Amino acid sequence: MAHTIKIRARISGGVTTVKTLISHPMETGQRKNKKTGKLIPAHYIQEVTCLHNGKTVLDAYWGPAVSKNPYMSFRFKGAKKGDKVTLKWVDNKGQSDSIETQIR
Amino acid sequence: MTNMKRRTFLKGSLAVGALGVAIGTGLVTPRVVLAAWPKDAFKATTVNDALKSLLGSSALMGSSKVKLKAPDIAENGAVVPVSVTASIDGVDSITILAEKNLNPLAASFKLGPGTEPYISTRIKMGKTSSVIAVVKAGGKLYSTGKQVKVTIGGCGG
Repeated sequence: MAHTIKIRARISGGVTTVKTLISHPMETGQRKNKKTGKLIPAHYIQEVTCLHNGKTVLDAYWGPAVSKNPYMSFRFKGAKKGDKVTLKWVDNKGQSDSIETQIR
Repeated sequence: MTNMKRRTFLKGSLAVGALGVAIGTGLVTPRVVLAAWPKDAFKATTVNDALKSLLGSSALMGSSKVKLKAPDIAENGAVVPVSVTASIDGVDSITILAEKNLNPLAASFKLGPGTEPYISTRIKMGKTSSVIAVVKAGGKLYSTGKQVKVTIGGCGG
């Protein structure tokens, strides 16, 4: 599960914009395998947390209705250039990944 | 020197032992992060049930202060870009639902104190339906909806 997250954090006018792209199948559990006719088991991210210098700025709960390879963008105040932003996700199978970046 | 190492080793194994016991007895759950995931809300089959379960109420106030950006027609229901902005102070959370999905709740975002009321993401939609953005601020729920026409569903095969 290496490098599943791409993240950009850029500050402009005191507001930091974070953009992330996670590679994940986001399988709903409602789709059938066309060859076998069996349901493909659900596999989706349930929680995404973003920290700025160790403080939570965003805590997201996702269901299977979030698109495959999820994209997310949000903004927060109170940061400066060079600050650390950490993003982590956990899915319904207990897999997880995290990444740390600096605000540019 | 060898004796010193032996001391550290012993201490280390003792600590690990204690942690092992804690996990075994359920004092420390390895998946603490997931404990909060609102399963009932995500399994709910109507917008009302999902909101009640997630936010404690389904009394929505339509508000022009909540702006929802979504396409009029989504060619591919598997990828519908949605963004929500609110011009309300003290927003606690932003929730996105697709009314006619099997489980309407798509995603909910809890905002920190310095986080602006803005979220942009992409969701799946099974068929043509309203997308609803619910913004919770000061214990009240403000919402805006928009009809999105889906030409190819994104939830089936």
